[in-house]
Amino acid sequence: MSAAPTRKLELGRVGEVVKRVDAIPKVTGEFAYSSDLHAAGMLWGHTVRSPHPHARIVSIDISKAVGMAGVHAVLTHEDVPGDKRYGLEFKDQPVLAFDRVRYVGEPVALVAAEHPEQARRAAAAIEVDYEPLELVVDPEQAADQPAIHPQRWTEGHGYRDDPRPNVVRDMRIVRGDPDASGEVAVEGYYETGLQDQAFLGPESGLAVPDGEGGVDVYVATQWLHVDRDQVAPCLGLPKEQVRIHLAGVGGAFGGREDLSMQIHGAMLALHTNRPVKIVYSREESFFGHVHRHPARIWAEHRANRDGKLVCVRTRILLDGGAYASSSTAVISNSVSFAVGPYAVENALIEGTCVYTNNPPCGAMRGFGAPQSCFAAEAQMDKLAAALGMDPVELRLRNAMAPGDELPTGQKITGSLPVAEVISRAAAIPVPEAEGLPRDPIRLPGGAGNTTRGDGIRRGIGFALGFKNIGYSEGFDDYAAARVRLFPDAGGELVAEVHFAGAEVGQGVTNVILQTARAELELENVMLAQGSTAEVGSSGSTSASRMTWMASGAVQAACRAVRDELERRGGSLGHGEEIDLERVYRHPRTYPVEPETGQITGGPAHVAVACAAMRVVVEVDVELGLTRVVWVGTAQDVGKAFNPQAVEGQIEGGTAQGIGLALMEEIQTHDGLITNASFTDYLIPTALDMPPVVAELVEDPEPEAPFGVKGVGEPPTVVSTAAVMSALRDATGRELTRVPVRPDDICL
Amino acid sequence: MNITVTVNGEPYEAEIWPGESLLYALRERLGLPGSKNACEQGECGSCSVLLDGKLVCACLVLAAQADGHEVVTVEGVAENGQLHRVQEAFVDAGAVQCGFCTPGLIVATVDLLRHNPQPTDDEIREALSGNVCRCTGYAKILDAVRLTAQA
Repeated sequence: MSAAPTRKLELGRVGEVVKRVDAIPKVTGEFAYSSDLHAAGMLWGHTVRSPHPHARIVSIDISKAVGMAGVHAVLTHEDVPGDKRYGLEFKDQPVLAFDRVRYVGEPVALVAAEHPEQARRAAAAIEVDYEPLELVVDPEQAADQPAIHPQRWTEGHGYRDDPRPNVVRDMRIVRGDPDASGEVAVEGYYETGLQDQAFLGPESGLAVPDGEGGVDVYVATQWLHVDRDQVAPCLGLPKEQVRIHLAGVGGAFGGREDLSMQIHGAMLALHTNRPVKIVYSREESFFGHVHRHPARIWAEHRANRDGKLVCVRTRILLDGGAYASSSTAVISNSVSFAVGPYAVENALIEGTCVYTNNPPCGAMRGFGAPQSCFAAEAQMDKLAAALGMDPVELRLRNAMAPGDELPTGQKITGSLPVAEVISRAAAIPVPEAEGLPRDPIRLPGGAGNTTRGDGIRRGIGFALGFKNIGYSEGFDDYAAARVRLFPDAGGELVAEVHFAGAEVGQGVTNVILQTARAELELENVMLAQGSTAEVGSSGSTSASRMTWMASGAVQAACRAVRDELERRGGSLGHGEEIDLERVYRHPRTYPVEPETGQITGGPAHVAVACAAMRVVVEVDVELGLTRVVWVGTAQDVGKAFNPQAVEGQIEGGTAQGIGLALMEEIQTHDGLITNASFTDYLIPTALDMPPVVAELVEDPEPEAPFGVKGVGEPPTVVSTAAVMSALRDATGRELTRVPVRPDDICL
Repeated sequence: MNITVTVNGEPYEAEIWPGESLLYALRERLGLPGSKNACEQGECGSCSVLLDGKLVCACLVLAAQADGHEVVTVEGVAENGQLHRVQEAFVDAGAVQCGFCTPGLIVATVDLLRHNPQPTDDEIREALSGNVCRCTGYAKILDAVRLTAQA
């Protein structure tokens, strides 16, 4: 008989710095990412993609590819066994294009061959005859052009009805008196570019037929069960015959919420009855996942002389690209957080997301909030200047606090320490300006700077941002966890946790183990590979929700197991086990009223988290070069589960926001991506990143397990705005577009 | 064609198609997928290996060019089953998130510290600027390199 030990735990206390359990296989190269997988007799899949942004498919001729060396399958839309379309929110996206293509890179045909080069050559031999159609590439014009999708997908789903063609979702929040005027008004128009998640591990996976008509797919994804629920109907299979297993994920940042190779790999595997691996190249990856929505935002802020906001009016236009993906939720977030964490009695916030023939957009870290934050914080700086007021003071005067209401009428009932994050970020000492001459590596533009610093101007900026945690607007947000408790060969109790939540690099593996070890008071806890075959859905690794949801679900399952162990007298004999699964739900949310955007019956968001950031930049105003010198930030984290991991999220999230401010933009010309490589799409390197001083503001969220809040997104939301604020301070320019271009900052 | 390469001290023979990169051969022919395939165009450094002691992107070297040469990959950095001190420092400092850049950074850091055991922050940043990380913002990677250099 073995009893639960009561000795002090070496690992597992919530709030401690705990080394990542997956770090050791990652530093030795043993960790198996989705592109590392191999199976005996494996074939390589390749995807034929559309070179046209919008065209009718006249014909597809695969005859030349079929007989080529090493080729085992060539498939088109005619070979899709079940539903021809799939999608996260609406089934608007063809598995393989039929009738027409709607963006450059849309999958049209599939090849499986023995060597990837054979697959590529066979793909090149497939002849597709296209007849170009009218392009919809300007989001401002989209609602006046012929519909890209004949069906209005949002119609009848409780959304505000907008009958214009190409409108994915139109939203409106009307608060108080939108015509209320203040003593001072500032107005601005802002644009954000098309940002890529640029996760390093390319889309990839291995599909293995089970010999009985079913298939196992090992893939890097953010949500196993929603993958399965999209894959199975397209294969014409019951869900039980499609098992999705989590392979090692090389970053995600929202870009793996939509399917990539899952259905394609499974089709090829079932067709050839052999395992099939698909690995996208970096170029293909740019075409193979959704991006951050480019935004155009107009805003007017009205305030009194004392700085108190009276009314905010804003209009947001998002370019959703060719398919809906998660656009309805992204535009909802953009309008929900358009004002920032400021209390304002009157507002009119309008948002529209349109279909175009540009690259499809969906989830990326921040999920609609970074665009809004950039515009809103530029407006706050502008208002501060118009009032002659310190920008930090202006933000403090309007800071939202628990008890205040969001523009949707939702009262903040949980934690939201806005004033504290502002004060703490503003109090972090800013480094002294560095003199000249200095090592050119520390000049704007680095060693390529030819002026040796003569044109350098320093600027200091400040910004504040916030965002929801978890799914909103009435979505049934839950996570299941299963815990098996049994004695090992030596009689010691061992727990095995099954949880389908995706470890994408953020560290949820440790969250799960820390929770289980703390709840079970047991050192010997293992985490099984996530699989749809072993446990219920965890929901997605997105919306900064997974730490909350995983710890809630694992806590519930562990407590059930502990209670059962107690019922059985506190010990388990040889061959005995306890195996229980529990589902955790966060407090319910409710939809907003379609015409006014006001809450109906309860809150639309379960919780919100905020961050403030101060940034020091240097700009070489002769060369148009920038250097981010220093970042100081204070973030509302609820409770830091593992402070080292939280800091890592803040530093990494800040890097992505700096990227959007300074360098990251997918360039398109008539819908074609012209910089689909890491040569031409630049992301920050070790030379671009400043030191980041991060203060963790712990104000526990009352409804969350352990008081946690998600921490991944707020730094990305606020950092773009903060960098731009500093650039404005350095240059005196308005700088209304990100990423900023050299021409914008040359004086 | 056939090639013979010494990888991590062990001789390997492989039949390859002449167009294959060293990275492809390591990952798909020799069963050493530790070197990573993030961009396969020499921009991200995730496939960094030592070729005859010189730091290279394995994606930019043809497998045929490595015929008769010595390669050290991330799988060969640990010795006698013990983590290399650079690997230990990456674990301790929290420098690993998704980890896809990590193998390349481990090899690049080993190479840096071999040439420059006490690098300044600027030297670290410059030496690792060819290794792109999308998760960490580099702060804890720099911590890991400093930690190793101090040890």
